[in-house]
Amino acid sequence: MNAKEIDQQTLLQNEKDPLTHTPVHLLSLDGVAKHYGNIIALSDVTMAVDNGRVTCVLGDNGAGKSTLIKIIAGLHQHDAGILKVMGEERKFTSPRDALDAGIATVYQDLAVVPLMPIWRNFFLGSELTSGFGPFKSMDVEKMKEITLQELAAMGIDLRDVEQPIGQLSGGERQCVAIARAVYFGAKVLILDEPTAALGVKQSGVVLRYILQARDRGLGVIFITHNPHHAFPVGDRFLLLKRGKSIGYYDKKDITLDELTAQMAGGAELAELAHELEQLGGHGDVVKEVQGEVAEVAQTTGKTY
Amino acid sequence: MTITQTKPKPAAPDERVAKRSLFQKLLGRPEVGALVGAIVLFVFFALVSPTFTQPNALATILYGSSTIGIMAVGVSLLMIGGEFDLSTGVAVISSALTASMFSWYFSTNVWVGVALALVVSLSIGFINGWILMKTKLPSFIVTLATFLMLTGLNLGLTRLIGGSVSSPSIAAMDGFASARAVFASSVSIGGVEVKITVFIWFALVAVATWVLMRTRVGNWIFAVGGDANAARAVGVPVKATKIGLFMAVGFCGWILGMHNLFAFDTVQSGEGVGNEFLYIIAAVIGGCLLTGGYGSAIGGAIGAFIFGMANKGIVYAQWNPDWFKFFLGLMLLLATIVNLIVKRRAELK
Repeated sequence: MNAKEIDQQTLLQNEKDPLTHTPVHLLSLDGVAKHYGNIIALSDVTMAVDNGRVTCVLGDNGAGKSTLIKIIAGLHQHDAGILKVMGEERKFTSPRDALDAGIATVYQDLAVVPLMPIWRNFFLGSELTSGFGPFKSMDVEKMKEITLQELAAMGIDLRDVEQPIGQLSGGERQCVAIARAVYFGAKVLILDEPTAALGVKQSGVVLRYILQARDRGLGVIFITHNPHHAFPVGDRFLLLKRGKSIGYYDKKDITLDELTAQMAGGAELAELAHELEQLGGHGDVVKEVQGEVAEVAQTTGKTY
Repeated sequence: MTITQTKPKPAAPDERVAKRSLFQKLLGRPEVGALVGAIVLFVFFALVSPTFTQPNALATILYGSSTIGIMAVGVSLLMIGGEFDLSTGVAVISSALTASMFSWYFSTNVWVGVALALVVSLSIGFINGWILMKTKLPSFIVTLATFLMLTGLNLGLTRLIGGSVSSPSIAAMDGFASARAVFASSVSIGGVEVKITVFIWFALVAVATWVLMRTRVGNWIFAVGGDANAARAVGVPVKATKIGLFMAVGFCGWILGMHNLFAFDTVQSGEGVGNEFLYIIAAVIGGCLLTGGYGSAIGGAIGAFIFGMANKGIVYAQWNPDWFKFFLGLMLLLATIVNLIVKRRAELK
């Protein structure tokens, strides 16, 4: 295996921001950890996010991906380590706190309020107002106009901004949430498994918006368990397993196959095949898993 | 010489948007089911009883509706915000008792008692909301507890202080006349006496509608009721919004409490029990979704009007008022079913 892991020291000290050419990252985590009582949800995670780069966080269920985002998004606070925004050490106490620092999160399940019209969702929490004092009212026409414009700029062609957002497809809803974050001046965009519940075509649409957001100069954190979605759009890859970092790679140092192999964990696949066989599992399934084991063994050069 | 003007072509409408007629747009509104119900009921009583459509009878119906409607405004907003309040009925009496007992026993101008009652009403709302936000218990449980506690406090304190179940008469006290003029007078319109609560009710509905549809707070109310987690994630102050809604209910309770006090001059401490359901029924008939996130203040007003019509209509039709509760239950069932059908149909189109 020839994937070259990024040394943590190199990452935090020597790597330079591609736009400003300074060693300051838009967002950086150094040895961040989180405990829930006696359960260690996350330990010693180091990563960096820069302008115009996509950092992918990969891991299986329970790997600590959600905990990681919740810390960055201000829903939870980390217990150890350092979180820096533009070189300044921070600890967010609320989602509002993180938003004010330019960190916007698009959640897989709770991105929007389904019964509310699209434009109300788009401006939720940051409504435009006119007038003053107790007579301050929302500038409805302007908000509708901007919603339509911004969505069109992201390439989302919407029918009617007055319709409840619950009527949109899952992919479209993700895109509205992404467009919203971009419009409100997010510097860092966190996407929590945006493609998890989507079909192939819809996933492609969302991946395209991720690249659009990147091209607009945002630092993107893309959380997923699918290396096939992560590899084409990612610049860096952080692999998590059981709350620990098991690798951090630059795109030039790793191939899709290696990434998949790292993710899948060859040993676990072999174990699964064995178990299925013992249980008298369907022959085809067992063969398929065994085939995958062989493939993983080939790419990593190990035998299981 | 003729100048041919080429008119700019109107932008081609999106082919995916089927033209919705005004009728269909109307069907998409939350209060439309209630409106249909109200019209049907009105026509029904107008046919059954000739006196029903007389101006005086209408003024009486509107007054009856307003005593429910004022509370229904707050309760509707709260329901859109995703919460219940079962303590509203007795909180109204608590407010009235506070005003009358305080000004009587401390011999102050009644306006001092009125001001104190406002503080108490807002505090009850605040405490309801605060406990709810702190404990994250369902609002059904929290407000059921405050309902029981307030019922006990109303009776217990009134008897402890005054030795009777009703508050002493404050008719002879300073400020009573002016307070009655504000909370319980009548306005003559074309020879018909219309109670002032009707106007207060309309004003509250107008303000609540404006807040819901045109202000940031309105957007937040829909959001916290529709999906509190999503709202919190985009920076909506969920706790403050919900506590504020409970306080708005408290404010409505204060107005109604003051009306109850100054329409007479004493308050019965055991009253109010069961009224909370009338307010909730008005909101539900008016198309507010029990689970939150959908509804309107106008809907709650129409719900209250249906209630007022049924209440007085039975009297005008010279039926036994015993039947009223049966009618109310039937109305609730029919209205919610109509709401459901209308909403489904509107969403399909």
